[in-house]
Amino acid sequence: MAEKFQITIDGREIEASPEQTILEVARENGIYIPTLCYYKGTTNVGACRVCVVDVENARSLVAACAMPVSPEMVVTTDSDRIREARKLVVELLWASGDHNCLTCEKNGNCELQDLIYYLGIEQPRFTIEPPGYPKEDTNSMIQRDLNKCILCGRCVRACNEIQVNEVLDFSGRGSRSKVGPAFDMDYFSSDCVFCGECADACPVGAITFKQARFAGRPWELEKVRTTCPYCGVGCQIDLNIHKGKIIKVTGNRNYGNPNLGSLCVKGRFGIDFIDDPDRLTTPLIRKNGKLTEASWEEAIGLITEKLTSIKGEHGPDSIAGFSSARCTNEENYLFQKFMRGVIGTNNVDHCARL
Amino acid sequence: MTNSIEEIEFTDVILATGTNTTENHPMIGARVKRAVRQHGAKLIVIDPREIGLVKYANIWLRQKPGTDVAVLNGLMNIIIGENLYAKEYVDTRTEQFDALKEVVAKYTPEYVEEISGVPAEDLKRAARMYAEADKAAILYAMGITQHWTGTDNVKSCANLAMLCGNIGIAGGGVNPLRGQNNVQGACDMGALPNVFPAYQQVANDDARTRFEKAWNVSLSGTPGLTVTEMPDAVLEGTIKALYIMGENPMMSDPDTTHLEKALKKLDFLVCQDIFLNETGELADVVLPSACFAEKDGTYTNTERRVQRVRKAVDAPGSAKPDWQIISELATKMGYPMNYDSAEEIMNEIRTLTPSYAGVTYSRIEEEGLQWPCPTEDHPGTQYLHKDQFTRGRGLFHAVEYIPPAELPDEEYPFILSTGRVLYQYHTGTMSRRAKGLVERFPESLVEINPDDARKLGINEGATIEVTSRRGKVAAKAKITKSPPQGTIFMNFHFSEVAVNKLTNPALDPIGKIPEYKVCAVKVEAA
Ligand code: SF4
Ligand code: SF4
Ligand code: SF4
Ligand code: FES
Repeated sequence: MAEKFQITIDGREIEASPEQTILEVARENGIYIPTLCYYKGTTNVGACRVCVVDVENARSLVAACAMPVSPEMVVTTDSDRIREARKLVVELLWASGDHNCLTCEKNGNCELQDLIYYLGIEQPRFTIEPPGYPKEDTNSMIQRDLNKCILCGRCVRACNEIQVNEVLDFSGRGSRSKVGPAFDMDYFSSDCVFCGECADACPVGAITFKQARFAGRPWELEKVRTTCPYCGVGCQIDLNIHKGKIIKVTGNRNYGNPNLGSLCVKGRFGIDFIDDPDRLTTPLIRKNGKLTEASWEEAIGLITEKLTSIKGEHGPDSIAGFSSARCTNEENYLFQKFMRGVIGTNNVDHCARL
Repeated sequence: MTNSIEEIEFTDVILATGTNTTENHPMIGARVKRAVRQHGAKLIVIDPREIGLVKYANIWLRQKPGTDVAVLNGLMNIIIGENLYAKEYVDTRTEQFDALKEVVAKYTPEYVEEISGVPAEDLKRAARMYAEADKAAILYAMGITQHWTGTDNVKSCANLAMLCGNIGIAGGGVNPLRGQNNVQGACDMGALPNVFPAYQQVANDDARTRFEKAWNVSLSGTPGLTVTEMPDAVLEGTIKALYIMGENPMMSDPDTTHLEKALKKLDFLVCQDIFLNETGELADVVLPSACFAEKDGTYTNTERRVQRVRKAVDAPGSAKPDWQIISELATKMGYPMNYDSAEEIMNEIRTLTPSYAGVTYSRIEEEGLQWPCPTEDHPGTQYLHKDQFTRGRGLFHAVEYIPPAELPDEEYPFILSTGRVLYQYHTGTMSRRAKGLVERFPESLVEINPDDARKLGINEGATIEVTSRRGKVAAKAKITKSPPQGTIFMNFHFSEVAVNKLTNPALDPIGKIPEYKVCAVKVEAA
């Protein structure tokens, strides 16, 4: 690794390494620089210019997210000039879309909204002219309203560089440019595999999770980190809870291995089963050939009686148990302890061979 | 996995065989794709089907189903013949190389081409690509294990990796990708008929004494029956009662007709699950469980990482976490289990499972730890067999190719291969209740090659009948280039199309895994 050196940000002497950008060094040291198009783990495109900062002796403001640091660099992250430049960018973005926060699912968790507030913009100086695209509502998982798109390209990079699904791209030019699957296809008919990475990446309300629509405001949600119940990758997922109900699953780019915050369609959209009306809610006992509701006491009592008598009559090896690759370690441990220690047999296995 | 998921992204060569990674382990699939697209790794795919990864592959070897050992032996034949193997590593860290060399000698590229249909030249290119890499990772899944020669297939993968010095280094390894979220943990915890937690043999006196002391009981030293041996034991009358926690064998067993007979013959069947599934319908007692989001605990992923599961919402009705149910039952049966939390159970596990001894809940609050993690200050183990194999020297197993147990003939001219699809999972209990997943994949489909479809007069979406010696099912046709000519692919997620009525219950003699990847069938337009 090349040697570290000093740079100055807002008058502070800070240590930096040559492969870092101004933004990275600033963030590492708790110095705030606003961003929009920057997305961790993807190419720094330097497209939106919201992150501009002043570098001494540079002719114009530079994009902090794309500019590598160099020895003795002197950086200013906030000034009237910088604010003016950022305001111009944000006002243009605001005016080019339909940013009606009243009904937007992202209200309260929108990076554009936050920037407008941060920069103290009352009104954009330009006329608001949304492009008038039809909304995409082809499926129950992801919905798109490109009238809110600020063309930051985060979804495109998330799809191509993080998931490498290679579905999304830009099409058209300038104000007519647009993000989406090739040939202007909708998600459902494209090659999209509904991983939802693009929705996690979108800073505004342009790509959102359909089931969570009107299901709870961002500030009312509690997030519980857990492990995906599907495949053996064991992705870390955030269950988003609203009033005791899970309304959506999100990834968190700050989580580390194994999945660095990315999910697939099963972890993301596969957990409706949790509050399916068919869930078992009470023990059942077969009475006259039919499974009938019973109390826990009755059920546990019957099992005890039956297992004890079968064990007494035919020995412990006449009883077998299947544990489960979907139960926790603690439960698998207890189950084999129960079969071995309480029943007295090694007839315990699980269905992973199948 | 010997190695870690993260390493896949930064290795030089990835050899993926018998794994449809982008559908069955999508977030490992993303690592593979990033390795190729962003970090210059090379990818070799060995698979009869044109799976999603083929688009990213440098070399695709399309072997006939069930010829894996021949292909792997062929690779080793070339590597040894061209002197590309890791001589020093083989000399100093392995044994039985000569036996291997002798057996693979006859698997010349031409002979392998005859058996597998893989062009000799492609095989050579793949062998060189794998052998010349500084570090190369082998990934495999059910496409390797679900054969009656599954154990041989696995051994051949290990042979290849050892031959090129790829075990015990970062970015290398033989890496089985586990299908279900906690298969690794279930095995680690001793949910197996022959071992206690941490693979301590029940037949070993020291191990047994240790557990007898800790649990304060006397224990049997006779290994029990496997899942696949159970139905026969029931029909023979040796097994009278069965307790099933969180499984639905009526859907996943290789021969469901046979199993149903067995389950019906039982004196007593208990099912403990989150839904009343096909197996539960036959039970005498059904107990309602809490699901993963309603309880605390840990799962161990395919790279041996022990990670937290957290209670986020309440269980419906009076459903309870499985650990509580077992505790209550054990207590009632006269063996008190008084655990207040899952964490307390983990603390007991730690005292009896050396590889988990250092895994405390507080340490895995943020990121999980990879076992072996023997002490509380041990950082966990990113990859196994560093400097030395667990058993000392790595053992080569000379393995001969054995054809699949049932091959196509005049009456049953097609090969049926079964597996999973991206949008569904296992027996569908969870995934078929998800609106989005069902939208994407609403019903079972038979994947059939366009040429075969044309010959049989089958159109896209037409219902076709698939018959084997054991049964018959019908499903809609999906015409795709993915399966080769002469092979059809079906998934086992839909109970109304019980594919396991068709499959061959021929078991691998050691792994006791059924041959789900190859059986002979007849295909007709319905
Ligand atoms: S859901 Fe995934 S595959 Fe589909 S467009 Fe978004 S990032 Fe790409
Ligand atoms: S849809 Fe969202 S993420 Fe994609 S370019 Fe538009 S604003 Fe950015
Ligand atoms: S999110 Fe997808 S890849 Fe990750 S554990 Fe769940 S099923 Fe596997
Ligand atoms: S965040 Fe730096 S240019 Fe967009």
